[in-house]
Amino acid sequence: MRSAVAAVAFTVLVLASSSAMARKKPESQIYAQLAHVPDEARARANPLEADPDAVMAGRKLYERHCAECHGATGENGRKGPSLLVPEIQTAASGALFWVITNGNVRAGMPVWSKLPEPQRWQLTAYLKSLGAGR
Amino acid sequence: MGRSVFMGLLAFAWVSSTVAAQERPYFVTYDHYLEEPGALELAFNPLFGSVSGGNDFLAGSIEVEYGATAWWTTELYLDGQHTENESTVFTGFRWENRFRPTEREHAINPILYVEYEDVNGADKVISAVVGHDVASDFAEPNSESRQEVERELELKLILSSSVKGWNLSENFIAVKNLAGEPWEFGYALGVSRPLALAASPERCSFCRENFVAGLELYGGLGDTEQFGLANTSQYLAPLIAWNLPSAVTLKLSPSWGLNQDSLPFLLRLSFSIEFPNLGSR
Repeated sequence: MRSAVAAVAFTVLVLASSSAMARKKPESQIYAQLAHVPDEARARANPLEADPDAVMAGRKLYERHCAECHGATGENGRKGPSLLVPEIQTAASGALFWVITNGNVRAGMPVWSKLPEPQRWQLTAYLKSLGAGR
Repeated sequence: MGRSVFMGLLAFAWVSSTVAAQERPYFVTYDHYLEEPGALELAFNPLFGSVSGGNDFLAGSIEVEYGATAWWTTELYLDGQHTENESTVFTGFRWENRFRPTEREHAINPILYVEYEDVNGADKVISAVVGHDVASDFAEPNSESRQEVERELELKLILSSSVKGWNLSENFIAVKNLAGEPWEFGYALGVSRPLALAASPERCSFCRENFVAGLELYGGLGDTEQFGLANTSQYLAPLIAWNLPSAVTLKLSPSWGLNQDSLPFLLRLSFSIEFPNLGSR
């Protein structure tokens, strides 16, 4: 039993120390990821671009998976960078899809290939729509 | 009291967050997806086991999982079990860590897994099958098996791929009892797919996209002295996971033993809640 208590105490220490590592990274480091997108990936068009439901479905996915870090409107995230800046809004759909898929692991963004490809395209459609209303 | 606490936790989870858990559907196999950084997941994983010629049991683990970074997930498990006509015992703890060595997605994505466990011989959680784990191990009375102390280092190479909505995962397991016993080996293979690949535009709990179905196959591979499939147990398990929009995930998996060294039937359940951004301002 004593070893179990020691394990719990150790885990609490790990949680406390690692929370600092999970905090927000410099935004320039995040946006720099877009420059690393391979040309072939950047050139991919969103296959759901003409789908009238894509943006609404993407919004739902954004609220479920992304808003906690990037903020409800994409502007004031607790950990993630703003998604309303020109670097994001002028990026090709294929580039955004690639960043969603691969994440930016060293900068704290997890890979999102766990979402099926159509859902990542729906998210891409929603991200692009964020700039359209401004 | 216990019931009201459980209901309170359930209600809290239902209303406290709009973040959806997107949990792996597997019980034994690991894929290459780590916990999101800063997120804490609490899970309760009961397991019912049917023992031929022995007493059936209900084992369970309480799991605390934390995404330390985007490349490191750490988990603590507390295990226990109740064996019919015998006793209820706390069987020990396990502390696991998973590391992602690559920055990007590849056709096959490796994850390195390191676990230290300090359990006694009465542990029946069956988080993996290794060495010569056989059904007769479960017929030993708790009063005897709990005297055996097992301090082990468990290493896994996790390989995982995502192809057209399918996840394919392969785990290769090596376990070393620190008391000096030989290395033991095991494997777990999993395949899974969401019931729908695209999300519907409506908010919903019962949409097909929230359900993931799959199959896993796991078993022992002997040890350094006798490597292979002989004298060890093998299981086949269909599974289903339901990712609720409220950060709750429910999972269910019946398992069937594939040879006479296996338990004939296992039923696994899991209830988990995820709390995002623990510790961030």
